[in-house]
Amino acid sequence: MTQQLQQTDFAVEISGVRVAYGDVIALDGVNLELTHGRVHGLVGMNGSGKSTLFKSLMGMVRLTAGTVQINGLTPEIARSAGVVSYMPQSENVDWDFPVRVRDVVMMGRYGLMNRFRRVRPVDRAAVADALEQVQLTAFADRQIGKLSGGQRKRAFLARAIAQQASLLLLDEPFAGVDKPSEQTIIELLRDLALQGRTIMVSTHDLEGLPTLADDVVLLHQRVLAHGSPAEVLRPAVLGLAFGAIR
Amino acid sequence: MTWIDFIAEPWRHEFMIRAILVTVVASVVAAVLSCWLVLIGWSLMGDAVSHAVLPGVVLAYVLGLPFALGALVFGVAAVALIGTVSRISQVKEDAAIGVVFTTLFALGLVLISVIPSQTDLNHILFGNVLGVLNIDLLQVLVLGAIALTITLLKRRDLTLYAFDRAHAHVIGLNTRWLDTLLLGLLALTVVVGLQAVGVVLVVAMLIIPGATSLLLTSQISKMLVIAPILGGLCSLAGLYVSFYADTSPGGTVVLSQGVVFTLVYLLAPEKGIVAGFAKRRRSARLVAA
Repeated sequence: MTQQLQQTDFAVEISGVRVAYGDVIALDGVNLELTHGRVHGLVGMNGSGKSTLFKSLMGMVRLTAGTVQINGLTPEIARSAGVVSYMPQSENVDWDFPVRVRDVVMMGRYGLMNRFRRVRPVDRAAVADALEQVQLTAFADRQIGKLSGGQRKRAFLARAIAQQASLLLLDEPFAGVDKPSEQTIIELLRDLALQGRTIMVSTHDLEGLPTLADDVVLLHQRVLAHGSPAEVLRPAVLGLAFGAIR
Repeated sequence: MTWIDFIAEPWRHEFMIRAILVTVVASVVAAVLSCWLVLIGWSLMGDAVSHAVLPGVVLAYVLGLPFALGALVFGVAAVALIGTVSRISQVKEDAAIGVVFTTLFALGLVLISVIPSQTDLNHILFGNVLGVLNIDLLQVLVLGAIALTITLLKRRDLTLYAFDRAHAHVIGLNTRWLDTLLLGLLALTVVVGLQAVGVVLVVAMLIIPGATSLLLTSQISKMLVIAPILGGLCSLAGLYVSFYADTSPGGTVVLSQGVVFTLVYLLAPEKGIVAGFAKRRRSARLVAA
């Protein structure tokens, strides 16, 4: 993974990306470069295109124009190489699904297994290690829905850790999460960034951004601002997105 | 008659042995698949595919081909049509399913009415498990083995697909292929179940065991053991009742699955209605105290 990181200047290079759903334009000429080994916060109003931006990185929407590169690779090749991981929003998860915490984390390893997903000792070790890091070892055999909001998020973070992906996309990881859990997650993300992973977090929590993120991206169909939290979180800049009337 | 005679009597008739084999194999294969179908919310899709195979079965009869071949072609075609209609128009998927399967089913009924045949419509609709020939038995065993093998080999991918499609996609799995695989397995399983209980009731085998096992455990790996055991035992019990009480075999088999579901629904240790009621009573008492 570290070799991969040194091969390219940027973990993510998005240029001229445009995405439309029928007549609705979700992204309109997004240009964005994300530096390796940093936590990037993604903020914007509802409907500003945050989810679509994630989807374009995941290769789940058709780009009307523009290109996306991850570690210098096309999204498709990056996915096959296991470079990308994704933490879904809570409302997109079926919490009654009959899987244990351990099973969910193991799903992070599937891309590294053979086609019948035979579990090897190295996979078990990676899962145990990831659970240890997010402090869920004692909860490994619980059904995934029988966790608190913060524990659920940590379980999915453990999946990303077990995957050993170099790009982590987190969609609203702090929604419905208590403050202590939020703090734990922030510390984990800071740690992962120190290990060289690139992390992109969409969030509504502007107050928490300075402790979480190295960089903040302000999105409203286009990138309105991109810089340090101090630069972007000024009223004059935020007004561009949150005061914008279209 | 001693109880040993009671157990052994059906096995003294060759037609019963074939009936038992076909029904148990069909219900075990369908039960395994049903675990994912109920989790994804694809029960209606099972209903659709099972009805849509009717014209295929009729045409196969006319052309002197194995029923299974005709059913498989139409099962896959129905699934493809449903996908196409819902993707390329504003019609939502449930409406697309409704349009496609009823139209194909109706086509089957019309074909039966114009084609002079010895085959009884009732046999196709409700199965003819007591009249299974050796060639049918062979078909069911081979197709059942294929469906079960593929299902079990790909079980982890199917579970991941059912639980978190986005993650499956992001780690480089081909989700469209998994979609197709699951639908292909569904068509294959419907074909296997046709002989046993017919096109109308096969959907029960594709839903009830999965739904029942979901009420008994919170681990899909355990569902995949419980569902086929329940499915198989219900088939045996249903055929015994049918044998002695002279009731419709397909009907009795499905009815026994329904009865077991009802019992589990009421009495399951954690997720049952009675357990839930007791739990509420207990917590209410704690609050009162």
